[in-house]
Amino acid sequence: MQELIKAEAGKDAAISNQAEIRVTKLSKKLRYIRENYFLYLLIAPAIILTIVFKYIPMYGAIIAFKDFSTIKGILGSEWVGLENFTKFLSSPNFGTIFMSTLKLSFYGLLLGFPIPIILALMLNQVRRAAIKKNVQLVLYAPNFISVVVIVGMLFIFLSPTGPINQIVTMLTGEPIGFLSDPDYFRSIYILSGIWQAAGWSSIIYVAALANVDPELHNAATLDGANIIQRMIHIDLPTLKPLMAVTFILGAGGIMAIGFEKAYLMQTTMNLPTSEILPTYVYKVGLQAGDYAYSAAVGLFNSVINVILLVVVNYIVKKLNEGEGLY
Amino acid sequence: MNIKYTRMDRMILTLNNIFLFLAVLVVLVPLVYVVLASFMDPTVLLNKGISFNLSDWSLKGYKLILGNDAMLKGFINSVLYSVGFAVVTVVVSLFAAYPLSVNGFVGKNFFMTMFIITMFFSGGLIPTYLLVKDLGMLNTIWAIILPGAINVWNIILARTYFKGIPYELHEAAKVDGASDLLIFFKIVLPLSKPIIFVLAMYAFVGQWNSYFDAMIYLDDPNLHPLQLVLRSILIQNSTDPGMISDQLAMAELKKLSEMIKYSSIVISSLPLIVMYPFFQKYFEKGVMVGSLK
Repeated sequence: MQELIKAEAGKDAAISNQAEIRVTKLSKKLRYIRENYFLYLLIAPAIILTIVFKYIPMYGAIIAFKDFSTIKGILGSEWVGLENFTKFLSSPNFGTIFMSTLKLSFYGLLLGFPIPIILALMLNQVRRAAIKKNVQLVLYAPNFISVVVIVGMLFIFLSPTGPINQIVTMLTGEPIGFLSDPDYFRSIYILSGIWQAAGWSSIIYVAALANVDPELHNAATLDGANIIQRMIHIDLPTLKPLMAVTFILGAGGIMAIGFEKAYLMQTTMNLPTSEILPTYVYKVGLQAGDYAYSAAVGLFNSVINVILLVVVNYIVKKLNEGEGLY
Repeated sequence: MNIKYTRMDRMILTLNNIFLFLAVLVVLVPLVYVVLASFMDPTVLLNKGISFNLSDWSLKGYKLILGNDAMLKGFINSVLYSVGFAVVTVVVSLFAAYPLSVNGFVGKNFFMTMFIITMFFSGGLIPTYLLVKDLGMLNTIWAIILPGAINVWNIILARTYFKGIPYELHEAAKVDGASDLLIFFKIVLPLSKPIIFVLAMYAFVGQWNSYFDAMIYLDDPNLHPLQLVLRSILIQNSTDPGMISDQLAMAELKKLSEMIKYSSIVISSLPLIVMYPFFQKYFEKGVMVGSLK
């Protein structure tokens, strides 16, 4: 009995001890904050902007589940459950828009992913530093051209009377409707994207290759390996972790495909392939004013994105001996 | 490098260089074409293409563009938005990054998580638009500057840079009795010029080249930045009638509007073209620091 009481008392003491530790920890933290208040003042603007412009809209996304009217406001509007979602999923547009979005980004990733790697491997073989630098200067430049100008140039070059069609007309007798034919939209979108971004995307790979120990290459050369063999067995394995991360991020962003370029490239005739989820959200929401429905489509898009990111990360991890994004 | 090349290797290297040369051509030809075309007489361009005969050249496109009000206003607005945006983003990012780089900063994980969540989840276009509207920021410069001012990537970049500053410097200053405020403004910031420069350049270029926020938040044409003016010239084909004087024939009008396209591309890209060769290495550095995490 006595022992039991002792044990109980011991437990109590332990508990109050823990509580004390917690209290001293808390007071220590409070003291830290008081003594270093300047640090908290510094971070405050960023915190406020994040809460206002990132977290409040996340809360605002609940209008996707409401029959939203601007008069009643977010809180006052009535709940309608998944009505906005079912309306979208059962609409005749859904299949086309969803597939257009998926295809555009999937092909974009498939073609756009390897090219920067190949460029980096090739740049890495250029021995004269001055030449390498100038080639890089040119290849990186398109990254700094605005979307409006890129699409403007596409319109100029591909118009029925533009320089490319002048050649086509000379060869076949009639111009190709690059901008009006929906079959061409994806190729034009993706190829021009590669033209603009491939050089810039190669930077991180070029940097990684610069860190490869030259002794490895020397040793391999002594063993009779040629350049291609050394690329495959020395350079590529070096790039593997970077490739995994870039690929996961790219695949996770598949549904987050940029609005800006697709919207500019849209003509009334190429809509069957050029209407993608983000442009649809914009048109339904801001042009037609159906806020709740549009927010539902947007939310649907983000959810698919997160799922994709998780799934692709899982697959890459499996294939890549446990190395993924997280 | 004392690797000896075999004949096989030399062949591969030659092919390698040919491919790279082709890549350079693919990038350069469209750009050079636009620049040359902007100086061509439109009739010549339409019938013969690029000509190197000086009598076929003309500065008409540039004259029209430079005399155009919308273009000039757009240019001024773009400078305003880009500079304003760069200043706000850089200041906010640097301020936020410093505490996050300090050892033992209480709440570091909490704040970091709070920032990183926003990289993966967002409320989306419509809720953000409704918020900006409710705040009464439509048709003001704040709609362009504030919603995008927080860029988690920038905060991570700056934090990484701050962490690279030797801790002994902080310690020494602390021993001398300097406050956090003094340390930040007198020691950390002066050592951080490269990263400040990189962040500012990124912000400036990003804002200069974007049109989307301006399109949804600014109705008033007087507030439109250059990219929206360009959009109406290049993509919507709606050349401002005031730009081409009075009673010209339709054909002439079409020709001139083609001309204006080329010259407006060149003019609008001019600030970046001039800056680019000098700043390329800084931009590159930015990518590097970021990829180290």
